Amino acid sequence: MKLAGRPTTWIAVAAVLVIGVATWLLWPSAPQVRAQDQMIQVLDGPGDDQRVTLDASFFPPAGGGRAPVVLLAHGFGGSKQSVREPALRLAQEGYAVLTWSARGFGRSTGQIALNSPDYEVKDVRQLVDWVARRPEVQLDASGDPRVGIAGGSYGGAIALMAAAHDSRIDAIVPQITWYDLADALFPNATGQGPQSGVFKRMWAGLFFSRGGPTSAGPAIGAVTGTAADPGSGPASPGDRAARPAVPLTAEEVRCGRFLPEICDMYQQVAETGQATASAVETLRRSSPISVPGKIKIPTLLLQGQRDSLFPLGQADANAKAIAATGAPVDVAWFDGGHDGGNGEVDWIHEETLGWFDHYLKKSAGTGQANSAFTVTRDGGRDPGTRRPVQLHATAARYAGLSGTGQTPVPISGPEQQVASPPGGSPSSISAVPGFGGLAGGSATLNLSVDMAGQSAGFDSAPLTAPLQVTGSSTVKVRVSVEPGGSSPADTTGAAGGGSETTTAAGSEDAGGGSETTAGGSGDAGGGSDTIAGGSGDGKAGQRDVTLFAKLYDVAGDAQAPILPEGLVAPVKITVPEGGSAEATVTLPAIDHGFDVGHRLRVAFTTTDLGYSTPAAPAVYKIGLASPAVTVPTYAALRTPSTAPAWWTWVLPLVSLVAAAVLLLAGRRRMRDDHDPALDSVPLRINGLTKAYGNGELAVNDLSFTVEHGQVLGLLGPNGAGKTTTLRMLMGLIHPDAGEVRIFGHRVVPGAPVLSRLGSFVEGPGFLPHLSGRDNLELYWKATGRPTEDAHFAEALEIAGLGKALERAVRTYSQGMRQRLAIAQAMLGLPDLLVLDEPTNGLDPPQIREMREVLIRYAAQGRTVIVSSHLLAEVEQTCSHVVVMHRGRLITAGTVSELLRSRTPVNGAGPRLEDVFLDLIGENA
Amino acid sequence: MSDANGSSTAVAGGGLAESGSAPGYAPGRTLPLAVEIVRQFKRRRTLAMFGLLLALPWILVIAFKVGAGSSQPTNTLRISDLATEGALNFAAFALSVSAGFLLVVAVALFCGDTVASEANWSSLRYLLAAPIPRDRLLRQKLVVAMGYSAAAVICLPLMALLAGTLAFGWNDVRVPGTGETIAALEVLPRFGVVIGYALVSQFVVAALAFLLSVSTDSPLGAVGGAVGLVIVSNILQAVEALGSLREFLPTFWNTAWLDALAPQPEYGGMIKGVAVSVTYSAILVAFAFRRFRRKDIVS
Repeated sequence: MKLAGRPTTWIAVAAVLVIGVATWLLWPSAPQVRAQDQMIQVLDGPGDDQRVTLDASFFPPAGGGRAPVVLLAHGFGGSKQSVREPALRLAQEGYAVLTWSARGFGRSTGQIALNSPDYEVKDVRQLVDWVARRPEVQLDASGDPRVGIAGGSYGGAIALMAAAHDSRIDAIVPQITWYDLADALFPNATGQGPQSGVFKRMWAGLFFSRGGPTSAGPAIGAVTGTAADPGSGPASPGDRAARPAVPLTAEEVRCGRFLPEICDMYQQVAETGQATASAVETLRRSSPISVPGKIKIPTLLLQGQRDSLFPLGQADANAKAIAATGAPVDVAWFDGGHDGGNGEVDWIHEETLGWFDHYLKKSAGTGQANSAFTVTRDGGRDPGTRRPVQLHATAARYAGLSGTGQTPVPISGPEQQVASPPGGSPSSISAVPGFGGLAGGSATLNLSVDMAGQSAGFDSAPLTAPLQVTGSSTVKVRVSVEPGGSSPADTTGAAGGGSETTTAAGSEDAGGGSETTAGGSGDAGGGSDTIAGGSGDGKAGQRDVTLFAKLYDVAGDAQAPILPEGLVAPVKITVPEGGSAEATVTLPAIDHGFDVGHRLRVAFTTTDLGYSTPAAPAVYKIGLASPAVTVPTYAALRTPSTAPAWWTWVLPLVSLVAAAVLLLAGRRRMRDDHDPALDSVPLRINGLTKAYGNGELAVNDLSFTVEHGQVLGLLGPNGAGKTTTLRMLMGLIHPDAGEVRIFGHRVVPGAPVLSRLGSFVEGPGFLPHLSGRDNLELYWKATGRPTEDAHFAEALEIAGLGKALERAVRTYSQGMRQRLAIAQAMLGLPDLLVLDEPTNGLDPPQIREMREVLIRYAAQGRTVIVSSHLLAEVEQTCSHVVVMHRGRLITAGTVSELLRSRTPVNGAGPRLEDVFLDLIGENA
Repeated sequence: MSDANGSSTAVAGGGLAESGSAPGYAPGRTLPLAVEIVRQFKRRRTLAMFGLLLALPWILVIAFKVGAGSSQPTNTLRISDLATEGALNFAAFALSVSAGFLLVVAVALFCGDTVASEANWSSLRYLLAAPIPRDRLLRQKLVVAMGYSAAAVICLPLMALLAGTLAFGWNDVRVPGTGETIAALEVLPRFGVVIGYALVSQFVVAALAFLLSVSTDSPLGAVGGAVGLVIVSNILQAVEALGSLREFLPTFWNTAWLDALAPQPEYGGMIKGVAVSVTYSAILVAFAFRRFRRKDIVS
């Protein structure tokens, strides 16, 4: 049984392994998708007369057949290579995918026109024509493929613009992109529109430099093109290698691959830091704001929370505009954006896929793949990896940046004076555009620095309950310009002429409802001479005050305040000379939890690294117009409660059941096998057989009986199987066949009858760190029997150790241990005493004494079995002998019988030694 | 029949139990826990290990006192930067530096040595022939070994609390990372959870050491084998390519107790850790019993 068990176990283990490996190898792996590179000729321009070659890659659907097609657009500074990975993933999911380098990027020809309806949008229309001719693409009608567009940043904008201009497009997933490029580059948190906005000079510079002539684009892309921005990864080296290294012309150096009109526009606004009406118009032609009501298809807007270039407000405006047409719009704020963050590449893939599955494949199984509003929140750290984890809070309705409820939080603080430094330096820092990716790894890294003397702060009381702010808070502020602190050339150097002329109704900002109330609005009057002639600020006697509003999370004095996502709201407030102005400032849109005990702080700084600020020094006085900040909350936005993974409960249960099965199945029956006829027979061995691991028989069909009062000598040469027999006698080894019965009870491991057996086999076994006495006492206590049954006195007398009894056993000599072990075997005066080589290490007097002890012991009606090599000793001690050789019984009987069986050789009586050697056949 | 009974009665000098055992013998009374505790307690390695565990907090205190002021202020607060903030911070630090290896060795020692050393001393066969039923011997030894392991895991943070209180005072806890402060009394029950979790997370080590202990006669092999498994598991844990498979590594959740000391305690990871730990240890212990039952004792 036991021998059979081993191979069975191994076969089972091997079978499991083989099945596992085979499953792993043969598991259907995702089919390979091969990209087909295409050069697609398109005609565009206002007159449809400019021939451009677009470098494209077509990925047929992995499943074959006709499938919906997804156009994947890349980000600014990228190329079709930047979106290769997401394209492969979508193709694996059964979509035809087309990626292309937009005009002016990668190997495509043409110039960058910033997603202009005359250029890039026309290109995309012709790409849709092209995919409609592909045999792999599912068609809604002839020339009308089932098509979606996805992309990030620049690629997200082309998705929106193309959707507005091409009714064949069925669904779009724009990510981290803009609604109004003019507003994004010239924000004004008073809601006054881009023409009075503050120039976002660092981002604008990076944005335009990435369309530049040299490899600077990809180089900066390597910094800014983080995982957060799947659309704007660095261009592949191949793109650059393709371009010959010829010296660049002045025009190329100046404008790179930009269309000259765009280039001129940028250079003008970047120089002055002021948006002109024509610049606003140009930028808005590239923005969804210019096509109101024309995007009427299902749109999933994925916007990054860490994005100071295209903040959440841009997605909000897009959502409102598209939802107004009745088209389904979902909004998600994920942990990413142009400033870094996690990026959540996998999650974005799943959301995109869910959207297209629902609206392109119209799969039945994906009824409601996305929630109307999803916000990624910090879910603490993964306990195993110690890495941040993201939770996704969802709501069934998107309510915009003002949330579903507004809570006024009282804030207070005196009027404070802040300085606007000359030249705008040193400047406070909120986020460093282009370097967000570096900081993105650690959410706790706080780049925010406010310069001393440039910041006015208004704090709330410590919160008594947690406050989750989701959206844009608002605060009313009063600003006045301190006289004397400013020089005449105070304005931001607005470009001459026409800055107040509103060019079109569309230029009015869509953002809501706050207005600048210029208290005591300074009409043209006294003091207007302070305005420099060329400043062109329109109304004399007014001053533009540029401030940066921030909402801090202040934990305590010990820690630096946290500026959520590093976002600021630039405001430009027009203040009459000598008077003051009030403005409602819309703070940055965030999703941030303020903990109990933390305070909210609304701060206004005069500078920010990312923005252009007035060069002239000035001192402003800033106070609250209303002592509260109104924060939006979103009660319905909840994180789905994540129940512990199923295996948390299942695994331990399965394991406990398996453990119980293992234990119960292996349980040997403890039923006592008792033969009453043998009650008085101390030992009967019957057919005992035990094989070594190699199959050689250590004990072979051994049978003998030991009767009361006998002193039995167990004889045999080394390897005869004596010790193996004694171990089976003690229940230490399981016999392969046969049985051992002590007083009629069959010996099994732990059989109670063993308590009547005293044994000393193969040397002593003591705890070396304990004294001899402790060893004996603890051994007896371990048997659980009453102390008075031990007969310690007799046993200790046999040991004869004297004072050595109190020493640790490790200090004992071999003989002392031997005697202590025999004493231990005699504890409790067992009915059957088994001694293996008891006289080893004893001196002659002790041997003699031992002999007498054993004879006396047997004379009391007990039984002794002695295994020994010392034949003379056995001859003198034992009444009976059993001779074993090679596991077999050779002979058994009384010593006298054995001796008598031999005829005297030379007159003297036969010695046991001669008999023994004869028996084992060594006496030649 | 009656003759036979009579003679055996004469031999034994008293009434025999039904099972044929000697008078006063009962399997359920063999190897009482107190006896096994005493047998193990006087061992040098037991005393040395406890001495080390109890001395370590004081060594750390001395180290922090000697090295005071030389640390550079850093951006992020690590648990070691905060160790001198107070008793609880110090105890958390002491636990975090010892849980990874020192406590593993201690637990592996107590559980891996217990049966293997008896085999090594040859005393195992006399205990089994006493007879102590094999399951009972194993059970009692497991209980005592786990008791010593628990004492080891508990005594270190408790001594660290004492040492930290005397050296740095009984202050509120500052949390690593954000540096937030939590009231000491609020953290104290959580600290109990931490110690309990640290104990449970060592179950796998204990169970594996125990299984090896019944499989080998070499105490060093059993202890080393269990420690080796922890090392291998830690190495595999660093292979991120394994993905979520790593969650099922026995050591993966060992640091999850840090979540209990965060401002908002998180117990999800600890629950998973307990699940993994219980899963492995139940199976391993079952195998240990099964193996020992069938084993031929040849030591």
